Amino acid sequence: MSNPPSTPAIKFEEVSRHFGEIKAVDQVNLEVNDGEFFAMLGPSGSGKTTCLRMIAGFDKPTSGSIYLYGQDVSNLPPYDRNVNTVFQDYALFPHMTVGENVAYGLMIKKVAKAEQTKRVDEMLELVQLKGFASRKPSQLSGGQRQRVALARALINHPKVLLLDEPLGALDLKLRQQMQVELKAIQKRVGITFIFVTHDQEEAITMSDRIAVFSQGKIEQVGSPAEIYERPASAFVAGFVGTSNLVSGEIAKRITGSEKTFSIRPEKIHLTTTSPSADMVSLDGVVRDVVYLGLYTRYLVEIEDGVDLVVIEQNLKTTSMDVLSAKGQKVKLSWHKDHISYLEA
Amino acid sequence: MHSKKAPLGLTIAAFGTLLFLHVPMLIIFLYTLTPDETTYTFPLPGFTTKWFGIALQRADLWRSLILSLKVATIATIIALILGTLAAAAVYRSNFFGRESISFLLVLPIALPGIVTGIALRAAIGGFDIPFSFWTIVIGHATFCIVVVYNNVLARLRRTNPSMIEASMDLGANSFQTFRHVVLPNIATALLAGGMLAFALSFDEVIVTTFTAGQQTTLPIWIFSQLNRPRDRPVTNVVATFVILITFIPIFLAQKISAESSDTEGENK
Repeated sequence: MSNPPSTPAIKFEEVSRHFGEIKAVDQVNLEVNDGEFFAMLGPSGSGKTTCLRMIAGFDKPTSGSIYLYGQDVSNLPPYDRNVNTVFQDYALFPHMTVGENVAYGLMIKKVAKAEQTKRVDEMLELVQLKGFASRKPSQLSGGQRQRVALARALINHPKVLLLDEPLGALDLKLRQQMQVELKAIQKRVGITFIFVTHDQEEAITMSDRIAVFSQGKIEQVGSPAEIYERPASAFVAGFVGTSNLVSGEIAKRITGSEKTFSIRPEKIHLTTTSPSADMVSLDGVVRDVVYLGLYTRYLVEIEDGVDLVVIEQNLKTTSMDVLSAKGQKVKLSWHKDHISYLEA
Repeated sequence: MHSKKAPLGLTIAAFGTLLFLHVPMLIIFLYTLTPDETTYTFPLPGFTTKWFGIALQRADLWRSLILSLKVATIATIIALILGTLAAAAVYRSNFFGRESISFLLVLPIALPGIVTGIALRAAIGGFDIPFSFWTIVIGHATFCIVVVYNNVLARLRRTNPSMIEASMDLGANSFQTFRHVVLPNIATALLAGGMLAFALSFDEVIVTTFTAGQQTTLPIWIFSQLNRPRDRPVTNVVATFVILITFIPIFLAQKISAESSDTEGENK
């Protein structure tokens, strides 16, 4: 890499994008490192797609600056920045063959024909579509179109590749397969990938780091494990997986502090034995039981109106066993390390 | 697909309508072959093809034909350029009064030709512009623009907007994007709109009457023949020719539109 490792691939400096009264993106600061597989995760309307469109150049920040490897690109048109996009609906050109689609960027740059053909072949091989060059996009399946879109973007050796909900239109099996494959392709080409998704599982599976968006702001940036195990806010705790939030008096009784904390349902155990010193122990009544095959979800009331969700794997129990737990008194316990205090 | 047969009454009605629409044209064709030069008598008193030969040698007829072709061609070219630009503007930007502009653009085809004609005549006269070939072209362009505009706008609305963004993303500027992505996608709409415009212009009488000077377009020439019953079968020969020359572009335009709407859905 010609860029010093300290220069971030993408840097947002106080970036805002307002549409009239609506603050789609509100004073966002962000750094994406060179060679990273970076996810922008959030519900729809959280500003993640607007951020992606501003990196691509389809939209301009109302204020603030965006840097691509140190160069201020905030006001450059899309065709003057070395960034390429894989669109959610792939946006393949229907009147061109797969080969012509992939070669489009090279054709615009007036690269010699022989060179074009050679690189198109390389790209189609990379995305496992060797021999598809003369087909039309309409003759391809959804997954194949996605690969063409990927090849068409990567052939230009962009500094950063943007992916807008790249797997959204695919069915579950194909999606899981493409998750693995995208990751492998990214490793192979060594380009910084930034992808937008609303699917927390997808973000956790593929990315090196995740930025969680909510209402135009970034709630937390961190590795998947950090995001999951140490959510910084109630929003992150609720959006990434499910979580129990405990606050106020009960929190004080458990931890000695009124600070709100989160505890993941799978970290809580239903026990009968007395816990050791580094474990939290609580009494409760099982209010509801949902048998889900692989695991069972319990709703346990620990105080009037305060319920905790508990998930236990069905390692030894049968559905008859778990369902009979309803209405019974139980002991809950979890390791103190699994308590995560929220920042705000 | 349903193979249920239509009820007899409906079948008769359908054929009746078709006959009603097309028998007069057959009659025109029939009377190109009559040896009787002033009146329509049935059955034909004889059979001749001499009127085709006579028609070929009429200089006034040729002048009118060439004028009509020229007017239709230039009006179509103007309509293609302006209609496409208007459609692109209305499609791309959401400016104040967009719907009104769209409505005003379409209005000339809905207005009776006589109104358009008299309005144009008043305007052209008011500005002291001499009536000429170009005033005819301008008159025709008013309604030719509409068909191009409508066709292109409909196509643009079915075109995926992220395709244009994808092109820019891959390094193409606006002009390259238009040339390589937009134009190929609207090409059939342009062709269909252009042929319709050509056909409309080619047989236009009313607006032409108001905007022409001394020029006689082919339809006007036919119209003038009503008062001169001599060589009447020549008029029929010309009418037959006009039917053919109009039929071909309309037929092709329909075929193109049908085909492109068949394939459109595949890329969604």
